Amino acid sequence: MTKTVFFGTLTVAGLAAGLASAATLDDVKARGELNCGVNPGLVGFAAPDASGTWAGFDVSLCRAVAAAVLGDPQKVRFVPTTAETRFTALASGEIDLLARNTTWTFSRDTDLSMDFAGVNYYDGQGFMVRQDLGVTSAKELDGATVCIQTGTTTELNLADYFTANGMTYTPVAIQSNAEGEQQYLAGGCDAYTTDISGLASTRAAFADPENHVILPEVISKEPLGPAVRHGDNQWGDVVRWTLNALIAAEEYGVTAANVEDMAANSPNPEIKRLLGTEGELGAMTGLDNDWAKRVIAATGNYGEIFSATIGEETPIGLARGLNAQWTQGGLLYAQPFR
Amino acid sequence: MSETGTQTVRFVRDTMLPEAAPPASQSGAVKWLRENLFSGWLNTILTIIGALVLFQILRGLVPWFAHSVWNAQTLGECRQIIAETWGEGARGACLAVVRDRWAQWTFGFYPAHLYWRPVLALVLLFAALAPILFSAVPRRLMAFSALFPFVGYYLLWGGTIWTPVVALAGFVVGYAVWRALARRNALAAILLALVAALVWWLLLAGPVERALAQVAPLALQSVRSSSFGGFVLALTIGVSAISLSLPLGIMLALGRQSDMFLIKTLSVCFIEFIRGVPLITLLFTASLLLNYFLPPGTNFDIILRVIIMVTLFAAAYIAEVIRGGLAALPRGQYEAADALGLDYFQAQRLIVLPQALKISIPGIVSTFIGLFKDTTLVVFVGLLDPLKGITDAVRASTDWKGIYWEPYIFVGFIFFLFCFGMSRYSMYLERRLKRDHR
Repeated sequence: MTKTVFFGTLTVAGLAAGLASAATLDDVKARGELNCGVNPGLVGFAAPDASGTWAGFDVSLCRAVAAAVLGDPQKVRFVPTTAETRFTALASGEIDLLARNTTWTFSRDTDLSMDFAGVNYYDGQGFMVRQDLGVTSAKELDGATVCIQTGTTTELNLADYFTANGMTYTPVAIQSNAEGEQQYLAGGCDAYTTDISGLASTRAAFADPENHVILPEVISKEPLGPAVRHGDNQWGDVVRWTLNALIAAEEYGVTAANVEDMAANSPNPEIKRLLGTEGELGAMTGLDNDWAKRVIAATGNYGEIFSATIGEETPIGLARGLNAQWTQGGLLYAQPFR
Repeated sequence: MSETGTQTVRFVRDTMLPEAAPPASQSGAVKWLRENLFSGWLNTILTIIGALVLFQILRGLVPWFAHSVWNAQTLGECRQIIAETWGEGARGACLAVVRDRWAQWTFGFYPAHLYWRPVLALVLLFAALAPILFSAVPRRLMAFSALFPFVGYYLLWGGTIWTPVVALAGFVVGYAVWRALARRNALAAILLALVAALVWWLLLAGPVERALAQVAPLALQSVRSSSFGGFVLALTIGVSAISLSLPLGIMLALGRQSDMFLIKTLSVCFIEFIRGVPLITLLFTASLLLNYFLPPGTNFDIILRVIIMVTLFAAAYIAEVIRGGLAALPRGQYEAADALGLDYFQAQRLIVLPQALKISIPGIVSTFIGLFKDTTLVVFVGLLDPLKGITDAVRASTDWKGIYWEPYIFVGFIFFLFCFGMSRYSMYLERRLKRDHR
């Protein structure tokens, strides 16, 4: 009993902190810290290291937003969220930003009252099978047992795909990626399906990666992006344009190393506006004019983040593919800074 | 034929034969085997099947453990070492992951230079538990046990020392009011003491704490709840919930037996509601639903919320276990207490509860063990429990991705140590409290 009452007093002290407004940007500034919902462990996208420092592709976006709003990429509190709790955590205000490889879908955007600020990774669902199964196309998987993570869009895509192709399958429900790997390796299922990025990193960790193939079919579109609460447009703008700044910086060749130099010497007016040496773009979002410069100095541009966390130089070894700039045949297309 | 008998030499042995050893089938290992393993055709078949199963399990496990690797930085390195030492295709345990990340399983993301604080808290916890668990320890140490919640809180979370001191002062205020009024009216004294303590905590504690902190800023570096993880988290939740749920459970059990309609109804409703709801539901309520009801920006500590929910959950089960103990007491014990002229509280304290609790020990300890293992469920509300939270975080690093059994075995082993310890203690307690002559 003693402890309950005792903690109760602490709670009241917390309650006295008062009623906050709906303006997330002001809340974050007042708090001096960004609450960012992340995956508790997805290789390359979000993971704490041995000393508890978070790193990864999604984590970098949190750090970028913190750099833009608070001026310090370290002022982020990472809240590990599960697939089930992530949307409620956002809606209830426990987190300000959900950067957790979440697929942008119609119903999540509308019914769940979230706003997606953009797409930071274009993924797609695929299949991995053992080489000796002799399957070369997903169309040959009729009657197969398939390991599938519950509570995700991949589960629905799988059902859609097999129905559309008039095939049958037996699902083997799994809870986490680690469990899926184990089931698949133990022969519990013929095929393992999840996003291609996940399949690639999973296969890279196998003892015998050469004996497993990722089938060429991509059966779904999985645009993964950061999400914010519906109805707070200013905060949504901040996140959207932080992401855009990362993408545009790569397009214009602004890197963490040369951002100061570019800001001072670049003749390109678009770069000048981006980096705040010309125009008043920062003020329009409620930030200062140096916000994008801080972001790029803190995390590097989109390409730098990609190659440092999940790119071909890392053990995960993902190619840019759809995530290349529009000028390189990819889908990344930052709206103009004007 | 008849004379043959007369010619037979009559012989009577005049010395005892030396004791012969029992036949091989009736002694030693053979006898034991015959009696215990091969005492009939059915048992023989079962024994053979059992032996085969055991052999199969050991055939997999023994080489796996024998090939274990303790010195490696990554899973790939582990595999390479196993392949080099034991040949291509050999499988082995990569326990190097435990060696590499044991601190994370133990402390979560607690700052490394502050590891001494949870360690000290654990040592003090044992010191505080000693007088409660063992009667040989001097009773005077109970004073430290009563102080430990505050010391433990201060060590684990840090911050200004005045937070626990001011919270403790609430009890002093309540006690002083009770002492002053107890002579006049016992019930009024208890109620007023409660009110006084609540007034202190809700209204005065905050300003007093701030004032004291300004005068004498004694503070440890504060550690936030999100840094807690691993066994520090499991033990924090487990120990708090265990120590809080027992008194609450006793009160609920007595409340359910009460003659007073309101108290009885409230107790029954509470117990039945909590027992009818899965723990996960309560945890989700604590972590998600509460946020909708509280004003935005409210900083209601997540570990605190979880401790409250786990406590309520365990208390309902404890209440039912103790009710079983109360029901097992012969009616004569209650009547004897009445005949001695004891009032309700005296009768409960001196006669009924000591016996009822003794009967309930196995059930209570089972509930505690279950509670301690249930602390791993906090992973579903985003806390990093040792079993899945930390394990998934470790697996998400590129170094250790793909590792599966080793973390589970390690964490399971540690949990086993704690739970087995609790179980042995309860058996010791039962033996010590044995008063009947069977």
